[in-house]
Amino acid sequence: MAVCIAVIAKENYPLYIRSTPTENELKFHYMVHTSLDVVDEKISAMGKALVDQRELYLGLLYPTEDYKVYDYVTNSKVKFVMVVDSSNTALRDNEIRSMFRKLHNSYTDVMCNPFYNPGDRIQSRAFDNMVTSMMIQVC
Amino acid sequence: MELCGATRLGYFGRSQFYIALKLVAVAQSGFPLRVESINTVKDLPLPRFVASKNEQESRHAASYSSDSESQGSYSGVIPPPPGRGQVKKGPGSHDAVQPRPSADQQEPASPVVSPQQSPPASPHTWRKHNRHPSGGNSERPLTGPGPFWSPFGDAQSGSSAGDAVWSGHSPPPPQENWVSFADTPPTSTLLTMHPASVQDQTTVRTVASATTANEIRRQSSSCDDPWKITDEQRQYYINQFTTIQPDLNGFIPGSAAKEFFTKSKLPILELSHIWELSDFDKDGALTLDEFCAAFHLVVARKNGYDLPEKLPESLMPKLIDLEDSADVGDQPGEVGYSGSPAEAPPSKSPSMPSLNQTWPELNQSSEDTAIVHPVPIRMTPSKIHMQEMELKRTSSDHTNPTSPLLVKTSDLSEESKINSSVKFPSGNTVDGYSSSDSFPSDPEQIGSNVTRQRSHSGASPDNTAPPPPPPRPQPSHSRSSSLDMNRTFAVTTGQQQAGVVAHPPAVPPRPQPSQAPGPSVHRPVDADGLITHTSTSPQQIPEQPNFADFSQFEVFAASNVTEEQDNEAEKHPDVLPAEKASDPAGSLRVAQTDGKIEEKTAASVPANVSKGTTPLAPPPKPVRRRLKSEDELRPDVDEHTQKTGVLAAVLASQPSIPRSVGKDKKAIQASIRRNKETNTVLARLNSELQQQLKDVLEERISLEVQLEQLRPFSHL
Repeated sequence: MAVCIAVIAKENYPLYIRSTPTENELKFHYMVHTSLDVVDEKISAMGKALVDQRELYLGLLYPTEDYKVYDYVTNSKVKFVMVVDSSNTALRDNEIRSMFRKLHNSYTDVMCNPFYNPGDRIQSRAFDNMVTSMMIQVC
Repeated sequence: MELCGATRLGYFGRSQFYIALKLVAVAQSGFPLRVESINTVKDLPLPRFVASKNEQESRHAASYSSDSESQGSYSGVIPPPPGRGQVKKGPGSHDAVQPRPSADQQEPASPVVSPQQSPPASPHTWRKHNRHPSGGNSERPLTGPGPFWSPFGDAQSGSSAGDAVWSGHSPPPPQENWVSFADTPPTSTLLTMHPASVQDQTTVRTVASATTANEIRRQSSSCDDPWKITDEQRQYYINQFTTIQPDLNGFIPGSAAKEFFTKSKLPILELSHIWELSDFDKDGALTLDEFCAAFHLVVARKNGYDLPEKLPESLMPKLIDLEDSADVGDQPGEVGYSGSPAEAPPSKSPSMPSLNQTWPELNQSSEDTAIVHPVPIRMTPSKIHMQEMELKRTSSDHTNPTSPLLVKTSDLSEESKINSSVKFPSGNTVDGYSSSDSFPSDPEQIGSNVTRQRSHSGASPDNTAPPPPPPRPQPSHSRSSSLDMNRTFAVTTGQQQAGVVAHPPAVPPRPQPSQAPGPSVHRPVDADGLITHTSTSPQQIPEQPNFADFSQFEVFAASNVTEEQDNEAEKHPDVLPAEKASDPAGSLRVAQTDGKIEEKTAASVPANVSKGTTPLAPPPKPVRRRLKSEDELRPDVDEHTQKTGVLAAVLASQPSIPRSVGKDKKAIQASIRRNKETNTVLARLNSELQQQLKDVLEERISLEVQLEQLRPFSHL
């Protein structure tokens, strides 16, 4: 279901973007980019920025295209953006949250790697595998 | 000899010295390889090397007077060193003399088929050659031995130097390893690596072989355990580990490890991948096992092996912590996660990574085990303090201590029992003993257990991983708890057993459903797990009728233990037949719980406490005996020697009440006192039961919520 998953760094530059090859990736990248504005809006609105999984779901951004863009922000302002195709059975909110949790865990594992410099592109194979599994599973 | 020599010369051209040391190992490991390598080598490399070999052989023949074979083999051997020497002749030219003789001696000792030798040697040398320039290059480009041979020819003159270099490097292999990274070309590392592991050498050869077919074959042949770390290697790794971290049980922080492995001159990306593979618990630090695995991977990578996608089994860190409570974990054959859970809980891993890792493990583990573990905990009766005591005692077990509602005086004894019983329940629950666990006391415990389990989330998965340990305690606990309840019921309804029976059935169902979803909270337990749990609940229900019996049994048990407890005799006769009619399992459980309860009731008897701690094994037997004794005690209805005070008193008072009525005032007064006592006891029981009910309801609600939350997870 997740047709696109992106990890955006604090400075709003992408650390990792992966899309299902069937779609035009540029479109997904654009959606992710626009979602960043919404995220920033929400973060500023929250004031003390209670980073919570629940509060960062953007919901449906492109209803016409039947896509849903979900977002998850970590305490370090690292954003996980997930574009989901709603054509399939609608994913439950909890499922989305669990997916984000897995993403977060994998991201944490990548961070733990001393050979990874924060700010570099994520090239971890384990992370790739995990993201791929999430994307494939949706289908 | 030929074979050994062939293998040696053929494959270990460079590591002649090492081969000599590990002749036996080489021969053993080399045998299967030899045939293949020989065959493959002959087919493929021979054509290429023939020409060059002749040159070398001729040259060597001139320089050495060993047999033709040995010379041939030597020539095969020599090419690698000359190759090296060519690349860097600096190192130990002076050593050439000394190593030479030894090399010569080795060669003659091994009659090797020269053709075979040369091809393997050339690939080796070629590989080394590649290594030299690229330092840490991980590729094994088989550009072809042709160009490589020419260097050999040129290096003939420098063969001695090459040998020297080679031999010079061989002696201090382990220590030079990293040093060589920093100071010397990879050759030294290669040398060190080779002696380190015969398998590596063989695999290296396979890699080096010019033909992919050879490589494939050899690799396949060495796939027996290509990643196995030999003792030499491990010792070397340990030495390196101590240079960074003197404490072998400590961790190497990520930064230090990064510096260390950067010296290997491998690309950062590969080092990152190696780290991902070796850092099992994802804590950013390396334990000794992790460090050895990482080191081994680096070595293999430098030798030309591609990094695996998953950590090989032989490199999995030892699961130490998990072993205590949970399964060590499945090999990464599925995934290397098994190791991680083990290490995660004990120390550094953050809860999330450990959870992540444990989840796959949990998923792999049987649902029953995963389910059982949490269920029993909740199942056990709820006495908060009991639970706390139990938790403290059974750190690994999350089972809730069975808290006998009734026995307040014997709390201590109960606690002791609980601890011991905790171990059982987990095991028993697996068997389906949960019935007794579902007693009303469970709600309290479940609630507390749930919270505790959550607190131990990092570790709980580990505990649940190994099916056997966790479940055991629970059943015992549940039993004890149930027994306690039974006793309370028996006491309260001493006069009316029907009432007792009625109570148990009502209470157990709640805890069971609540328990089932509970465990799933901590783990991505499928609905099946819940179902299994719920299935146990129905079992509990039927067993409820036994509660009354249990109470009676408890009485008997206590009486048996203390030899003075025949109070419950009167109740036992009625219950016993019912109990016996019940499932034998239930009776056993009852017996166990009886034993526990008895001990609890016999708080005054310290021996009981000790017995309580060991009820797990003996319970069935002693219980049966008790059952028998119960039968014997049946007729002793009127015998009421105080076992644990209140209950006994209540029981005693109840039957005696009617008698007193018809007697003198003194008797009436006595009866009044007894009645009051019984009233107080009953009141206590009521309050306890009410508390249990509340706890159960709360737990039920929480479990339902958890269940709802967990449902989506099942999809994932």
